[in-house]
Amino acid sequence: MAILVFIEQRDGQVRAVSREALGEAARLVAAGLPGPVVGVCVAASDPGLAGLGEAGASEVLLATHENFARYEPVGYTQAVAAAVEQTKPATVLFAGSAMGRDLAPRVAARLGVGLATDCTVLASEGGKLVATRPIYAGKATQKVGFSRSPAIASLRPKVFAPHAGNGGAAQVKPLAVTYDPAATRARIVDVKATSAGKADLTEAEIIVSGGRGLKGPENFHLVEGLATALGGTVGASRAVVDAGWRPHADQVGQTGKTVSPKLYVAVAISGAIQHLAGMSSSRCIVAINKDKDAPIFKVADYGIVGDAFEIVPALTEAVKKLNAQG
Amino acid sequence: MLQVVCIKQVADTETRVKVAADGKMLDPAGVTWILNPYDEFALEQALRIKESSGAGEVVVISLGGGQVQSTLRNALAMGADRAIHLKADAPVSDPLVVAKALAAEIQGLSPQIVWLGKQAVDDDQAQVGPMLGELLSWPCVTVVAKMELNGTQAVVEREIEGGREVVEVQLPAVLAADKGLNEPRYASLKGIMAAKKKPIDEKPATLSEPGLEILAMALPAARSAGRIVGEGASAVPELVRLLREEAKVI
Repeated sequence: MAILVFIEQRDGQVRAVSREALGEAARLVAAGLPGPVVGVCVAASDPGLAGLGEAGASEVLLATHENFARYEPVGYTQAVAAAVEQTKPATVLFAGSAMGRDLAPRVAARLGVGLATDCTVLASEGGKLVATRPIYAGKATQKVGFSRSPAIASLRPKVFAPHAGNGGAAQVKPLAVTYDPAATRARIVDVKATSAGKADLTEAEIIVSGGRGLKGPENFHLVEGLATALGGTVGASRAVVDAGWRPHADQVGQTGKTVSPKLYVAVAISGAIQHLAGMSSSRCIVAINKDKDAPIFKVADYGIVGDAFEIVPALTEAVKKLNAQG
Repeated sequence: MLQVVCIKQVADTETRVKVAADGKMLDPAGVTWILNPYDEFALEQALRIKESSGAGEVVVISLGGGQVQSTLRNALAMGADRAIHLKADAPVSDPLVVAKALAAEIQGLSPQIVWLGKQAVDDDQAQVGPMLGELLSWPCVTVVAKMELNGTQAVVEREIEGGREVVEVQLPAVLAADKGLNEPRYASLKGIMAAKKKPIDEKPATLSEPGLEILAMALPAARSAGRIVGEGASAVPELVRLLREEAKVI
């Protein structure tokens, strides 16, 4: 028995979302699910897996092939299935990242078991996994149970805390995988960076989003300036994405991204129900809007009523001043 | 070329969600039902491929109760050639059960491309696409934001954190569409009239035992409204103080 955690690497680095998954796995073992916590990583070479002992793993299985440097669904599915075969886990966890969202359903289909994606709460009830996940983009939640083993869940990024333990090094063991590169009929030929150096919306600590009240794409520099000062990522409402001011990758809400940053600043966004669904789980929400009756103020912790064209530059300056003070 | 588009009927995104008396499902009272928005992008792309090649067939499939026929009819009005309704009396909550039923039907059709949306905006599971790829042993690319067809190969772009993967995929393949792939058309009056005469083939869905069980549905605790710090730029110093000292987020 074990909890098997898929360890995601990109460019030879273990991603933070996998530490979150390991931390939750360790917590679930403490809460009564069968352990130990075992990682499975698929890579071209070891991305420093021994260090994951600190993150909660007692052991990490590593499948290597030169084609595994980048995500390769066929080989990755094969490797995780081999790790399941070897460790006979009761639970398998993935990060709900772009890779995890693509890989977890393949593994579930391969094993013929149930999968709950994008979970925000995991619990052990009578030694069995029970998962809670947002549905309707966060307008509701659903609690699900599993009738077969292993139970598989993917975890929404930024929701679960990494393990703050002081465990020793994780044991890294090679995992043998039957993999035929010629059988692969989809191949990643390039990766284009679209927002180099900035956290993705789904993984950002701070998000500053702009809406239709900004009057045009040329005014989005106000939102960008505040986001830069705060060290945050730019988001957008559906209205401005549909108007072509911003790419769809920036859209927050239903038919866009559901986000849970520690600070969400909504600039000139009135707060349509689809938008509120996607950002209401943020820890702290600030709204800046000229209409004091805008729905966004009903979910905001702090609001300023007034003209974004005056308030946002003043806020950006104040944050810069604060940064300069350290 | 035969293309299959798997579509789902979902509650309109404007819906104010309420929980039904069973405590597990959406209360359907007063809900407007629409074609899942991501499936619209999938259907639009399939129609464009058919139109640019000047030949081929687009078949839409949906699994569900009798009410899904209105959504199939909408898809036919947009331009799909025919529809298959896999009938299921009770709601199916495990995506693997849906994927298996669809795969069983699709195998008999031998399409070159199976399209669907990257997720349905009701349960947000985003599972059926990659599961179909696995069950059919076909390549599958999810979150497709751009797609070009070159003979028996497609070059697609897939959204990942902070970038896009460019993927070359050999057909037959499963492709799951993201918003941004295209701008879906509205059904024309002519299309709506033509759809009335297009066939919907009804057959019972082959349903397997679920591995996932819904225990409860709940509404999130309402966020308590905060406070208006002030009006205009003069409120900024107080906001910054609150963010730093009270919320401790900057």
